[in-house]
Amino acid sequence: MEQQKGTRELWGLLSRFSRGSRGYFALALFCSTMATVLSSLTPQVIKITVDSVLGDLPFGLPAAFLPALERLGGREMLRGHLYLLGLLLVGIAVFSALFNYGSRVGIALGSEGFVRRLRNTLYKHIQKLPFSWHVSHQTGDIIQRCTSDVESVSRFLSNQVLEVFRTSFLIVFALCIMFSMNVKLSLVALAFIPITMAYTGIYYSKIAKKFRVTDAAEGELATVVQENLTGVRVVRAFGRERHELARFDEKNKKFSGLWISMGYTMGTYWGFGDLFTGLQIACIVILGAMETVHGAITLGEFLAFVSYNATLTWPIRSLGRIFSEMSKAGVSVERLNYILNAKEEEDAPGAGEPPMDRDITFDHVTFGYGEGQPVLKDISFTIPTGTTFAILGGTGSGKSTLMHLLNRLYDLPRGCGSIRVGDADLRDIRHSWLRKNVGMVLQEPFLFSRTIEENIAAVKPDASLEEIRAAAAIACVDEAITEFPLGYDTIVGERGVTLSGGQKQRVAIARMLMQNAPIMVFDDSLSAVDSETDSKIRAALKERVGGATTILISHRITTLMQADCILVLKDGAIAEMGSHQELLRRDGIYKSIYDIQMNQDDRILTEGGEDVGSL
Amino acid sequence: MAAYEEQEFHQKLNLFAWKRMFQFVRPYRKNFMLVIGLILFSALIDIVLPLFQRYAVNTFIQQNTLEGLGGFALAYLGVIAAQTIGVIFFSYQSMYVEMNVNKDLKRAVFTHLQTLSFSYYNVTPVGYLLSRVMSDTNRISGMIAWGMIDILWALAYVVGVLGAMFALDAKLALVVSTVVPFIALLTWYFQSRMLSYNRKIRQINSHITGAFNEGIVGAKTSKTLVIEDQNFDGFSRITDEMYGFTIKNARLSGVYISTIVFFSAVVTALVLVKGGYLVMEDAMALGTLSAFTTYAVGIFEPIQQLARNFADVISLQANIERVTDLLDREPDIVDSPEVVEKYGDFMEPKQENWEEIRGDIEFRDVSFRYPDGQENVLEHFNLKIPAGTNVAIVGETGAGKSTLVNLACRFFEPTEGQILIDGRDYRERSQLWLHSNIGYVLQSPHLFSGSVMENIRYGRLEATDEEVISAAKSVSADLVVDKLEQGYDSDVGESGDRLSTGEKQLISFARAVLADPRIFVLDEATSSIDTQTEQLIQNAIAHLLQGRTSFVIAHRLSTIRQADLILVVKDGKIIEQGTHAQLMGQRGYYFTLYSKQFEEEAAMRTLDNRP
Repeated sequence: MEQQKGTRELWGLLSRFSRGSRGYFALALFCSTMATVLSSLTPQVIKITVDSVLGDLPFGLPAAFLPALERLGGREMLRGHLYLLGLLLVGIAVFSALFNYGSRVGIALGSEGFVRRLRNTLYKHIQKLPFSWHVSHQTGDIIQRCTSDVESVSRFLSNQVLEVFRTSFLIVFALCIMFSMNVKLSLVALAFIPITMAYTGIYYSKIAKKFRVTDAAEGELATVVQENLTGVRVVRAFGRERHELARFDEKNKKFSGLWISMGYTMGTYWGFGDLFTGLQIACIVILGAMETVHGAITLGEFLAFVSYNATLTWPIRSLGRIFSEMSKAGVSVERLNYILNAKEEEDAPGAGEPPMDRDITFDHVTFGYGEGQPVLKDISFTIPTGTTFAILGGTGSGKSTLMHLLNRLYDLPRGCGSIRVGDADLRDIRHSWLRKNVGMVLQEPFLFSRTIEENIAAVKPDASLEEIRAAAAIACVDEAITEFPLGYDTIVGERGVTLSGGQKQRVAIARMLMQNAPIMVFDDSLSAVDSETDSKIRAALKERVGGATTILISHRITTLMQADCILVLKDGAIAEMGSHQELLRRDGIYKSIYDIQMNQDDRILTEGGEDVGSL
Repeated sequence: MAAYEEQEFHQKLNLFAWKRMFQFVRPYRKNFMLVIGLILFSALIDIVLPLFQRYAVNTFIQQNTLEGLGGFALAYLGVIAAQTIGVIFFSYQSMYVEMNVNKDLKRAVFTHLQTLSFSYYNVTPVGYLLSRVMSDTNRISGMIAWGMIDILWALAYVVGVLGAMFALDAKLALVVSTVVPFIALLTWYFQSRMLSYNRKIRQINSHITGAFNEGIVGAKTSKTLVIEDQNFDGFSRITDEMYGFTIKNARLSGVYISTIVFFSAVVTALVLVKGGYLVMEDAMALGTLSAFTTYAVGIFEPIQQLARNFADVISLQANIERVTDLLDREPDIVDSPEVVEKYGDFMEPKQENWEEIRGDIEFRDVSFRYPDGQENVLEHFNLKIPAGTNVAIVGETGAGKSTLVNLACRFFEPTEGQILIDGRDYRERSQLWLHSNIGYVLQSPHLFSGSVMENIRYGRLEATDEEVISAAKSVSADLVVDKLEQGYDSDVGESGDRLSTGEKQLISFARAVLADPRIFVLDEATSSIDTQTEQLIQNAIAHLLQGRTSFVIAHRLSTIRQADLILVVKDGKIIEQGTHAQLMGQRGYYFTLYSKQFEEEAAMRTLDNRP
């Protein structure tokens, strides 16, 4: 049942992504069939020439061809014009070569087109999947699906699918001719088909099981090696090299032992496969000899029959293998469909692009991830346009969640309050419009493996270097970048140089500035920068983008105090809210943090340790 | 998924490298010979089988009798059965040779990796090394066991058939043999072209994987910047490139196969026509021509096979060179022969000769530069650390705080000067001696797959369960264990994946406590851990440091303040040193760093701890 579902999904996916490739596949199928038919003709021509033209054996052709041959002059004519047969061989070869080329290129065009479409669709789809989907899935697993599962599907398509058609065709073709010659013998040959196919199929699925075991053993071995290599410091520091080698030996022996026993299994498979094939041929030779002696067929027919039977044996064996491969490809397709069937982020019907330089209002917002406790409880506040709004909160207080909601990385469900920009509910604003107008710098920003220039210009690829440098200058990172040997052409990220946390944050700020957004969010994004640079950056920002609404998340009182309004968030609820002066007067959490931080010079020096270091 | 660009090796056949690989076959040479014997046996049967058909025609059909058919059938079945048995044993023996060579080769590489220095590990991605140990060795052993046999077989076949053809008719044989080198050359030419396309395709493939990775890891950033479409454009450029190269490769191989098909046919036609006229002139027997054409048709496939195999062999050269390159790499840090003589090596340590360690460490006039570095990061550095001193090293991320630790642990050795442990240059003792006395807890704690018990026991392999448990208790790791379903027997997953960073850290503390080292190195975590775990870790650290010489790469104020000596690192160099009070008094760089950390911690504590 499950296997059937897998098979159905397999053909569904193949047909969906083969749109545009089908012409190529048809071409490839036609060409490869023709090539096979033609190349099977060559030995026949040689055989007939040697045995029947030069020798005096009867022509080993189906009876239908003989009268035509006689009319053309028969053996004598051919003996006189032997070169004709040579030309025939070359002629066959020319077409066979052309068809061969056609089939190879046809398959490549078809299956590569397929793979490209599949990969592109996957990538695009993953980009459009909601953030919550990304959070709940492991990167490694998704990549595995997008690479090896895609490969196994495409391999199935290019190697197996055409093969199914081609071998089926060949089997039917050969059987038709055989039946036209002798029904009895053909039935014998036919009887072997299900046996050989079933044998191959069963054996293959057995071997597939064994393969899974050896794959797992290889995985275990690789894990031991990988852990040893990544943990090399621990291994050395504890002097555990010998222990590691023992662990390695154990897995290594298991792995090679499994493969050696696999050698037996595969040998038995090949051996018995050969046995069936050999038996089929032997039966035909022996029974055929008896039929010929009894006069039921001619010698020529016997020879032709035997050679057609020989062409049957391989397609039958490969057909058995293909069916078992199909279930494997089916598993890959299910894994891919899991991604493809996930729902993309969608704009509500009628979502618009309202003006964004308006007040931002959180109105009785309550929100939780999944089933658990709400992270935000009944939050209400308004940020007048053009003002600076600051948020202070502990770990897990919900401050990042507020920003996730503002940027619609998560959607606020209906009935849980509302968030509005001006009069427009966020849910009625197009995702892309909203995000283009809310510039956000994350605490741990991600830089792409590209040059610094390309990273900063990510939202505006046609920006001039002056523009980019201006943005970098505001973020106080221009100087640091120009000090790199390659300057703005320095490649960063996984494949390039490693920037310090502070440099990364500043590059991300520069990148966000290129957005020219009327709303800017700094999610603790100057945490790795010292306070001096921090205030320099903020001053430059103020000058450049005075009119923008700014939201800051920070722990630094010196940063917070300049905001027009400060929100202190605790356990998902508003603990305090007001201007710096108001909050100081209130004498709450804000005030006590202010006291510690503002007087820190004195406190640090006088502090004995029992207050701060609660050891 | 760091896309480590494939190192390019020269495409010349280096017999010396091959010779080294064949040393790995030597222990299994009997099996190897047996394999060759078996493949010759099955080749013989392949030649014999068609003869049965001929016999049936000649004996039964042309004589028009069925007499002796029973015996014939029996003999036929007998040969088929022999073939079956031959194939089974052949596969088994080949696999036996392959996997044993594979096993030994992997072991040799792995063992060698255990001796290589950190300077090598620091610049070599783990994925790169992993593929040396796993896939290169797989390819090499597979090729030695199966590929070599294919080549031997095809070579023997081609030579044998050519010999037979010359015996039959020298002139005709000459016609055929002129085309042999031609086809071989053609194959060679195309194969090397295709090989380079294949390499390119593999490279693009790793770019595709990298792009997927970036697309997924950077999803949040892409969304906030609204650059999904742009990312896709970049991605589709890569897939277009992939498409282009794959098609080019397919065209090339199409041209190659078609050319071969055509030339084979021309030669066959020549033989047939020329031979035919010879037969009609009675210059050649019909049977001879019949045999000759059979040979001529049958020889092309093995020739192509041979050329393909040679191309494979050439491409295998790269795998072999990668492996031998690794095996030949000298560790930067080696114990001198005298040291090995006295203290043993890591395979056979002579623990009876090991001295007790007290834990005094002295840097005497040490200068140091990293092997890949431009300038000295330490110049004539002197520092005495008496046993039991707690040293804190502070500085920004990436400032080079690990240098001193790397030197003290002899993961690197001084470029100039000496480091003395208990008054003797540490190069006078074995690395294993020092390392067995060091406890090391990393910022990103590394666990091995296996149970919690096994992981803690890594610190002292002979420890009893009770000792493991009491070590765990001493650093509150038992609180982590209590939360796990199967307690100490719970599997921690690959690299400890099933535990949080804080939990892993506590387990690794327990591991270090069990080892009971005299010298302790602690690379404190920077990642935010929940307040409760943080408290546990603080307590564990205090417990660990008691009475041991220790280096703490520190972030937490409490740890820093309590240190006996604080070293302040900036841009790789030690710029300030002293006690907390002294450094604060200087109001220098340390003061700035400390203040920043202070304000962070103060705010967090106020927000999180207040009732």
